[in-house]
Amino acid sequence: MSLSRGELPRWVEYGLIPLLNLAAAFLVAGLVVIAVGENPLEAVELMLFGAFGYGEGLGFTLYYATSFIFTGLAVAVAFHAGLFNIGGEGQAYVAGLGVAIVCLSLDTLVPWWITAPFAVAAAALFGAFWAFVPGYLQAKRGSHIVITTIMFNFIAAALMTYMLVNVFRQPGSMAPESRTFEEGGRIPRIDWFFDWFGMNLGGAQTNISFFLALIMAFLVWMLIWRTRLGYRMRTLGQNPTAAVYAGMKPQRLIMIAMAISGGLAGMMAINEIMGVHGRLILEFAGGAGFVGIAVALMGRAHPIGIVLAALLFGALYQGGAELAFSMPAITRDMIIAIQGLVILFAGALEGLFRPAIVGFFNAMYDRRQAAEAAAASRQAAE
Amino acid sequence: MGTYESFILLLDSTVRLSMPLIFAALAGLYSERSGVFDIGLEGKMLAAAFAAAAIGAVTGTVWLGLFAAILISVFLALVHGFACITARGNQIVSGVAINFLAAGITALIGHAYFSQGGRTPRLEDEARFLPIQWPGAEALRDVPFIGPLYFELISGHNLLVYLGFATVALTWFVVFRTRFGLRLRAVGENPAAVDTAGISVTLMRYQAVIICGVLCGLAGAYLSTAQAASFVPNMSAGKGFIALAALIFAKWKPLPVLYACLLFGFLDALGIRLQGQELPVIGEVPVQIVQALPYILTVVLLAGFIGKAEPPKAGGVPYVKER
Repeated sequence: MSLSRGELPRWVEYGLIPLLNLAAAFLVAGLVVIAVGENPLEAVELMLFGAFGYGEGLGFTLYYATSFIFTGLAVAVAFHAGLFNIGGEGQAYVAGLGVAIVCLSLDTLVPWWITAPFAVAAAALFGAFWAFVPGYLQAKRGSHIVITTIMFNFIAAALMTYMLVNVFRQPGSMAPESRTFEEGGRIPRIDWFFDWFGMNLGGAQTNISFFLALIMAFLVWMLIWRTRLGYRMRTLGQNPTAAVYAGMKPQRLIMIAMAISGGLAGMMAINEIMGVHGRLILEFAGGAGFVGIAVALMGRAHPIGIVLAALLFGALYQGGAELAFSMPAITRDMIIAIQGLVILFAGALEGLFRPAIVGFFNAMYDRRQAAEAAAASRQAAE
Repeated sequence: MGTYESFILLLDSTVRLSMPLIFAALAGLYSERSGVFDIGLEGKMLAAAFAAAAIGAVTGTVWLGLFAAILISVFLALVHGFACITARGNQIVSGVAINFLAAGITALIGHAYFSQGGRTPRLEDEARFLPIQWPGAEALRDVPFIGPLYFELISGHNLLVYLGFATVALTWFVVFRTRFGLRLRAVGENPAAVDTAGISVTLMRYQAVIICGVLCGLAGAYLSTAQAASFVPNMSAGKGFIALAALIFAKWKPLPVLYACLLFGFLDALGIRLQGQELPVIGEVPVQIVQALPYILTVVLLAGFIGKAEPPKAGGVPYVKER
C-alpha cells in the first residue's frame, strides 16, 4: 500500500485521530473531576464497573445504546447529504405520539408482535414527518435547516405537552401521561439473550429494539454505500454543484434524506415507549436526540463507528449513574459535560491534532523517498 | 385594578422578560454579522448566570459577580472562536458543544460546592441588581394615567435593564456608524474583500466573538442576579434559542432586535398571564400555543412567508486565505 504525500493511512484516519480526540475530551473531563475534589482514576474504575461489570449494568448500557444508535444514525444520514439535523430530539418526541396511538388502539386486541410492526412504522412516519417539514423548507424555501430543526424541537415540546395534558391524560389523573399499555402494546425484554452469556439482566429494561437498532445500522450502511440513492446523497453532501451537473435533484434529495433521518430518530421511541415506560410520558426522549450528534461525530458517520460510539455513550450514561451514586460530589450532569467535551474535541476541533500527524507522516514519507532516491542513485553508480 | 393598570403591569413584565433576550440577541448579532454563527448563546448565558450567582454568593458583591459572569462567558466565546476561526471547525457543532458543556459543568460544580442540588445559595441584596426608584416616582404614583406608567414601567427597574436599552442604541451606532461596524459587516459578507483591504479577518472575528461573550455575560448575570436571586440548573431554559430566533426575526439589525425581543418577551408575559384563564369568545387559550409562538413565527419568517431573512453571506464558513 503506497500513499501519496499528505495522505494518512486508514488506521490513522479512522482509529488514531478519533482516539486522540476522545483522549483529549476525557483528559479535560478528568480535570473537572479533580476540580470537584474527586479522584478521576477511581471515577473511571467505578464507571467501567457500573457499565460493564455485571449483567444489570450491561443491560442498562445496551438500553441507552439502543436509543443512541437510532439517533446517531439519524444524524449521520443527514450528514452524508450535507445536512445538519439537530432536531432528532423533537423527531423522536413526536414519534412517541405515533407509537402511543398505535399501542393504545391495538394493545387490547392483538399480541405484541402484531402491534410492533405498526408501531415501528408509525414511529418512523411521525419522525419522518417532523424532519420532512424542515427539509421541505430548506429545499423549497431556503430556510436554514439548523435553525428550523432547533425551532421544531421547541415546537415539538409544546405540542407534546399539549397533547399529553389535554388529550392523553387519564380522566381523574393529574399526571400528564397516557394510560399504561396492556401486554399487546409492549415489546419483550431480552433476558434470554443475557442467559446465553450466563448473565442476569436484573432490573434493566433492555428489549428487542436493540436488535432493531443493529438491523437499522446495517440498512443505513447498505443505503449509504450500496444504493444509488445513497450515492446521490453523498454526492450532494460533498459537492452540491457536481450533483446538479450530474443531473441529480438536490431539492428532492434534501427532503428524502431528512425524512429518512427523522424516521431513524423516531424509532428511538419504540425503545422508550414500548420497551421501557409502557406509556407515553413527558420528555421521554431525555436528550437522546442530542447525544446522537455526539455519537455521529464520534463514529465518523459510519454505522460501525456509530454502534461503537453509542456503546461508549451508553456506558457513560449507565456508568455515570453509578458514579453519581458512589461519589457524592459528582452528579449525572458530569455526563452532559463529557458529552459537550466529546462534541467539542471530536467535532468542532477534530482538526486539532491533524496538522501535527500529517506533518509526522510527511516527514516519514520524505525520508523514505530520500532513502529510495539514494538507493536508486547508488544502484545507477554501480 | 383597572384594565389600564393591568396592561401597564403586563408591559412591565414584558420588559423584565425581554431583557436577557435583548442582551443575548445583540451578542449573537455581533458574532453572526462577523460571519461566526453562534448557537451557543444559551450555554454562555447559563455559564454566566452560574458565575454571577456563585461569585456573588461567595463574595457578596454584585460587581464581582458580574465580572465573573463576563469572564466565563468570554472564555467560552473564545473557545468557540478558536474552534471556528483558528481551527476552522464546524460552527454549529462547536455551538452545540458549548451548550452541553455549560449545562453539565454549571450543575456539577454548583452541586459540588454548594450541595443544594446544583442551586446556589440565595443572594443577599448587596450581591444583586436591585430596582432603581426614579426621582418623583412615589409622588407621581397616584396621578392618573401618567402615574402607573412612570412608576411601574419607566421607573423601578434595575441597572441592567437601562443598560440593555442603551446597548441597543450603542450597537446600532457601532454597527452602522463606525469604521469598526463597517468592517464587521464586511467581514461577514465578503471576508476576502476585507482581507484585500489589509484588515485581518481573524482579528475582526475574534473581536466580534469577544463582544458576543461580554453581552452573553450580561444576559446571564441578569438571569441570576437581577431577575432571580440565585442560580438554578438550566435556568436559561431555551432563552438563548429564543434570542437566536429573535435575531433572525430581526434580520440581524439592532433596532428590530429590540422589537423582536420585546415581542417575544410580551408573548412570554402573556402566556404567564393567560395561564388557566378563560377568555371571552375563544375560551381558554392553551399556554403551549403562546409558548411555541416565537418558534413558529421564526419558522414562518425563515420560510419567507413574511418578508425574507437573509443571513450574512459568509456566515458559517471559516475563512481560508488563498495562497
